[in-house]
Amino acid sequence: MIRAIHRWPGLLALALVTVLALSGAALSVFPAAERLSAPQPAAGLTVAALAERIQAAYPGVQQIRRSPSGRITAYWFDKGAPGAAVIDPATGKGMASADPNNLERWLTSLHRSLFLGDGGRIAMATGAAAMLVLSLSGAALVARRTGGWRHWFAHLRGPLAARLHVEVARIAVFGLVLSSTTALWMTASTFDLVPTGVEIPSPIAEVSGETGAALVMMPTLGGTPVAELRELSFPYPDDARDVFTLKTDRGIGYLDQGTGALLGWSDMTGWDRVSETIYMLHTGQGAATLGLVLGLMALGVPIMGATGALIWLAGRRGRPRIRGNQPAARADTILLVGSEGGSTWGFAATLHAALMDAGQSVHVGPMSGFAPERYTGAKRIIVLAATYGDGVAPASAKGFLDRMKAAGRAPRVPLAVLGFGDRSFPAYCGFAHAVVAAVQAKGWPELMPLDTVDRQSPQDFARWGQALGEALGLDLKLSHQPIVPKAGKLTLVLRRDYGAEVQALTAILRFALPPVSLWQWLTGTGFARFKAGDLIGVMPEGSAVPRLYSLASSRLDGFIEIVVKKHPGGLCSGLLTALEPGDSVTAFLRRNPGFRPGRGSAPLILIGAGTGIGPLAGFVRDNKRHRPVHLFFGMRHEDSDFLYREELFDWQDTGHLSRLVPAVSRAARPEYVQDALRRDSGQIAALIGAGARVMVCGGRDMASGVADALAEILAPTGLTPAVLKSEGRYVEDVY
Amino acid sequence: MKSLLATLALTTALTLPGLAMARPVSMTTTLNNYGGDGAYLALYVTDASGAYVGSLWMAGGKSKYYEHLTDWYRATGGDTAQVNGITGASVGAGRTFEITLDLADALFDAGYTLHIDAAVEDMRDSPNEVAIPLTTSGAGTPVNGRRYVAQFAYDM
Repeated sequence: MIRAIHRWPGLLALALVTVLALSGAALSVFPAAERLSAPQPAAGLTVAALAERIQAAYPGVQQIRRSPSGRITAYWFDKGAPGAAVIDPATGKGMASADPNNLERWLTSLHRSLFLGDGGRIAMATGAAAMLVLSLSGAALVARRTGGWRHWFAHLRGPLAARLHVEVARIAVFGLVLSSTTALWMTASTFDLVPTGVEIPSPIAEVSGETGAALVMMPTLGGTPVAELRELSFPYPDDARDVFTLKTDRGIGYLDQGTGALLGWSDMTGWDRVSETIYMLHTGQGAATLGLVLGLMALGVPIMGATGALIWLAGRRGRPRIRGNQPAARADTILLVGSEGGSTWGFAATLHAALMDAGQSVHVGPMSGFAPERYTGAKRIIVLAATYGDGVAPASAKGFLDRMKAAGRAPRVPLAVLGFGDRSFPAYCGFAHAVVAAVQAKGWPELMPLDTVDRQSPQDFARWGQALGEALGLDLKLSHQPIVPKAGKLTLVLRRDYGAEVQALTAILRFALPPVSLWQWLTGTGFARFKAGDLIGVMPEGSAVPRLYSLASSRLDGFIEIVVKKHPGGLCSGLLTALEPGDSVTAFLRRNPGFRPGRGSAPLILIGAGTGIGPLAGFVRDNKRHRPVHLFFGMRHEDSDFLYREELFDWQDTGHLSRLVPAVSRAARPEYVQDALRRDSGQIAALIGAGARVMVCGGRDMASGVADALAEILAPTGLTPAVLKSEGRYVEDVY
Repeated sequence: MKSLLATLALTTALTLPGLAMARPVSMTTTLNNYGGDGAYLALYVTDASGAYVGSLWMAGGKSKYYEHLTDWYRATGGDTAQVNGITGASVGAGRTFEITLDLADALFDAGYTLHIDAAVEDMRDSPNEVAIPLTTSGAGTPVNGRRYVAQFAYDM
């Protein structure tokens, strides 16, 4: 619901809000420039002294104004001709032109009304209202995504566009709420919807009719510092009944031009002060620094607009059409989808198609539409549940748990749950677990135990599909292709073989960079831009499911390198390990921004085993700034599968690598990486205490062993791997 | 309250459409190219003692800016009822603005003065931009304004 409130105003008002933000950002510069260029009066200078100086320089002076920036402007008549200048308060003489800046005027008119008068003002006010709705709904979404308001600035992961959108939003939202609320107030004031108006001093005492009192002899002027002055208007020449009008920060009053006496005074009203404060907060006039800050925050709007549109497009593309969907009452299989960004719908479509091919009649719907009383013909219910943020229900599953609890006696229809998530988050598949707990609490029969799909892995999904097929007695093949990016042809230039002695052929394969199109260069897609830790997908012939391999090199290295272990009967690993230099293979690039060492100089603890060394070696190779790196590398046999042995020793000499700890499992004293970590627990705890980042790459068993070892090591410090994960300081790439 | 009623009565007396004691008077105001946004203009009349009698026209629709027409604002207390029904759009720089009103005969050759206050956003306020005695002989003779008004004349 909040997402829809955020999305539609965002897309509809995108252009309007962008114009508002850009013109507003440009306008924010002017008050600051004026503040810097305006000479400030000496402390203690009174209005009387200033006015006398100006009168000496310009005898025909009519009005002196002081803007909130402190700039003083005088207006005068000289032999009937009007003149004006910005005044240097030290001399009373003009120092610059007082004409308004044409660019500022043009921008103001654009910002306020698109040059369209009242209609334009209403359009821009609508834009401001859209901005406010976007800011508030966006803030709610950020809080939901990061797991609560207290985690507002929590570390983010995920695709660049989505991350950038939230990174910018959570800072800019404060300025945007302020700017849009004050904008709405100012528009309301323009259309007389809020009270305005300046008090007029109540009955002006009788003027004396005399003229010619010296300015310095007027006590009110002598008692008012220039810093409080807003405006001083002089009486018309030869009009003895006219008066001096003085406006200050406190109010407005009239002075007799013959006696200098104060003829009337009225203080500023509360409403005036409110209006004035709002004007200042919106324009930055009188608060130049705030204005600049608001302007900078407004610059985030075009960035959020572009990334927001990209997120929406990607979500749309990621949600396929489901053909031949059956009504809930007639279907024998009910497929319920809990999806946030739309990718789980893609899996649902694949499953739907496969079940239809197997002769089932299937109904697909969102989890939020759960209605067991309607599933009259159902033989089974399958729930595909993603997780949002800290174990929260995703968008299309809102209210599911409540409906589940409210439902009467559980029908005798078995139910299966498949969770989708990212193993590097602490609440991995948290919502799916909550659903299973609710199902068990209801006493619902289980079709199969909970299974999970990590980071949209087609392999995980295919494996679960096989199990489902067995449970249903169907031949079910789930070959899900999320969205296969454009593939390129990679030609092998070098291979190094290891592990032959332990009957586990492992090869480091180095490919030449494929040619990159201009479009890919511009958009940074395909092989135009990649870093160690990103993935390449290889599609073996006769299979629709790509296999992913971690990259051990970055674009700047000038080659593409992966580490592949030959699995017995493995289709793809067999193909790759059989390549000879000159042979080529088709592959595509998939970014893996969650698995990067990141910037900064905090130490890195890299932990890997077997082929997991690939991306870690890539990080070490790229460590040109000599950040402290501690590498724990697990292998079977020192002589046979010590991958990157020569390079690692070289990198130690050149300072790319601070320390290398090999753990050999088939040695006189067998040891796994987790043992090496425990042996080194003191230093590990100290490094993590000092802000070190832990990166783990390798098999699932190794990764859980490492997590257990780290939990033990960190126990005395009060930290846990889960806390480190939530801070983005503990990341895994596990297969 | 008494003074307010008196003012209203006078205002009504200024313009008497369709009556024998009134005549159509066209007023032409040409603005300078002062290089700013549209000008707000208040056209009003004072008597021989300088006291405000009533308003003829207000060019500019946003009452929150009326305080910048300083003399008119001081005389009326910013009372928008004074210009109800006789309010039009602000006048752009360099433009000519013309209105025709039925003015009471009694206003002419009786010491009344027509004033124009002008104001432009972010530029100086210009009260009493024009002050021209209402006389039958003065009709058709243009006068210059102080800052924003290049020329003003009334014809009948």
